[in-house]
Amino acid sequence: MMLPRRTTLLGGAALATAGIASTARAQLTIDMTRPSFEPVPIAIVDFKGDPVGAQMAGVIRNNLQNSGLFRVIPSSAYIQKDVDATTPPRFPDWRSVGAAGLVVGQVTSVGGNIKVDFRLWDVVTSQQATGLSFTSQPNNWRRLSHIISDAIYKRVTGEEGYFDTRIAYVSETGAATNRTKRVAVMDQDGANNRYLTDGKTIALTPRFSPTLQEIVYMAYGENNGPARVYLQNVDSGRRELLGNFPGMSFAPRFSPDGTKVVMSISENGRTNIYEMDVRGRQLRRLTNSPAIDTSPCYSSDGSQIVFNSDRGGTQQLYVMSASGGAERRISFGDGRYATPVWSPRGDFIAFTKISSGGFGIGVMRSDGSGERMLASGFLVEGPTWAPNGRVLMFFRQQPSSGGRAGAASLHQVDITGRFERQVPTPTDASDPAWSPLIPQ
Amino acid sequence: MSMIKALSAIAAMFLIAACSNSNDQQTASAATTSVAPGTVGDFRQNVGDRVFFDTDASTVREDGRQTLNRQAEWLKKYPNYQITVEGHCDERGTREYNLALGERRANAARQYLIAQGIPAARLKTVSYGKERPDPVGSDEASWARNRRAVTALE
Repeated sequence: MMLPRRTTLLGGAALATAGIASTARAQLTIDMTRPSFEPVPIAIVDFKGDPVGAQMAGVIRNNLQNSGLFRVIPSSAYIQKDVDATTPPRFPDWRSVGAAGLVVGQVTSVGGNIKVDFRLWDVVTSQQATGLSFTSQPNNWRRLSHIISDAIYKRVTGEEGYFDTRIAYVSETGAATNRTKRVAVMDQDGANNRYLTDGKTIALTPRFSPTLQEIVYMAYGENNGPARVYLQNVDSGRRELLGNFPGMSFAPRFSPDGTKVVMSISENGRTNIYEMDVRGRQLRRLTNSPAIDTSPCYSSDGSQIVFNSDRGGTQQLYVMSASGGAERRISFGDGRYATPVWSPRGDFIAFTKISSGGFGIGVMRSDGSGERMLASGFLVEGPTWAPNGRVLMFFRQQPSSGGRAGAASLHQVDITGRFERQVPTPTDASDPAWSPLIPQ
Repeated sequence: MSMIKALSAIAAMFLIAACSNSNDQQTASAATTSVAPGTVGDFRQNVGDRVFFDTDASTVREDGRQTLNRQAEWLKKYPNYQITVEGHCDERGTREYNLALGERRANAARQYLIAQGIPAARLKTVSYGKERPDPVGSDEASWARNRRAVTALE
């Protein structure tokens, strides 16, 4: 079940936090601007007071370890077995197991709700680094674990976290020739998976609205019906057509303020980019070429749109004004460039690159300079950004063999190209879309 | 659909007569042993329901034009069928681009059939991009067969 969008956190108060340690050997911080750094060794003790406390610690360990920025010290190594959540730990014990940080917590029942107190201790300086207290409904324990993970990430890296987020994706099942493709949504760590379409027709390319309340995606109509863009409420499941055009409409994506959806519409072999006002449903054409213009994506400030087009002969990336016009090509390397997505921070554009050697996921600056490849394979496609612009998710598909579809799976990778890992999904999966942070 | 079944049944009654009537090409007559003229099976086996494209291209090739010429003749002879031209791509492209490329291929085949005299109103298009491979395979031969426009009848 989804959490209620509001009132999930009845109260959140910062406990007293110490100033940032100023010693040169302060190991609880990571300078993310440096080209390389060691993962921060951190111990996360099972939260006390309620059985859910151990599960919360498990979620936090999993999040931090998967980020690649932390090395979680196994509990079997702990010297101090019993750590109180409110009094300082025996710092020398934690220094000798190599921890730079120590996370402790307490879960208590308060009139049908749970109260969670957590602290991050800086073991190097023997000071509290951060601490938070929440009261919430008991079934929100996973979300609270993600919020605490984000607080730890932010304290250590100085950047916003991305753990309290969701992933929309396409679940794939069945025979390769008649594959069932459904839109699904899950938490960033793979928990709370559920399906938003019934699988009767193929549904592809889900994307979140900035509030996470809605998604847009493409789905075929029944009985060979053409592909159309749908707008669907994530919680209620209510869905509506976003414009009913004679030709296929697809590749939808919200503007950063959520008031518009940009998409492609095909007509007589031409595919152009259009903008639709979500409330009034007015349609406005943004490109007018005989080519294929598709995969449009707004810049983080909403002023520009990046897309791919084969107007120059092969698929390349172009940037234009969000109101159309001033189109200019930004990709000039070998091969074809596709599926551009603008970083939430505005600094990079991620893309899929197809060259003779295979498929790759890369990033370039928004002027096309500084191209770097982060992942490659037989088929890798469809990057999407974590809200902090540090991590990308994409999908990998293996070659088919013996008439069976090759396995498709979601993967995440750091913007430096490190820490790639598979994201668990109940079925084969493609087309991930990373949500913004869930509004608190 | 029931009308088509009825037509098939009637056609089946004349199957033996049709087979003995050997005006058809050798290849065609060899294949007609199990399908009745005017059926979807007849169209698929004896006319050819698909044409193939080069990589990232949507120009109908010479071999495709021959197939589409045969399709147009057959479709004029059996005017009750409604036609959906399906455009498809191999897996070596991105999903959204391939949807558009498949549409361009379906449209190219449709325009060719219209030029051969098939009324535009009989012809719809749909693109499946790379979502419906046939055959399934990650090799050059399979990809060549997947870059296709399929004329589907109902």
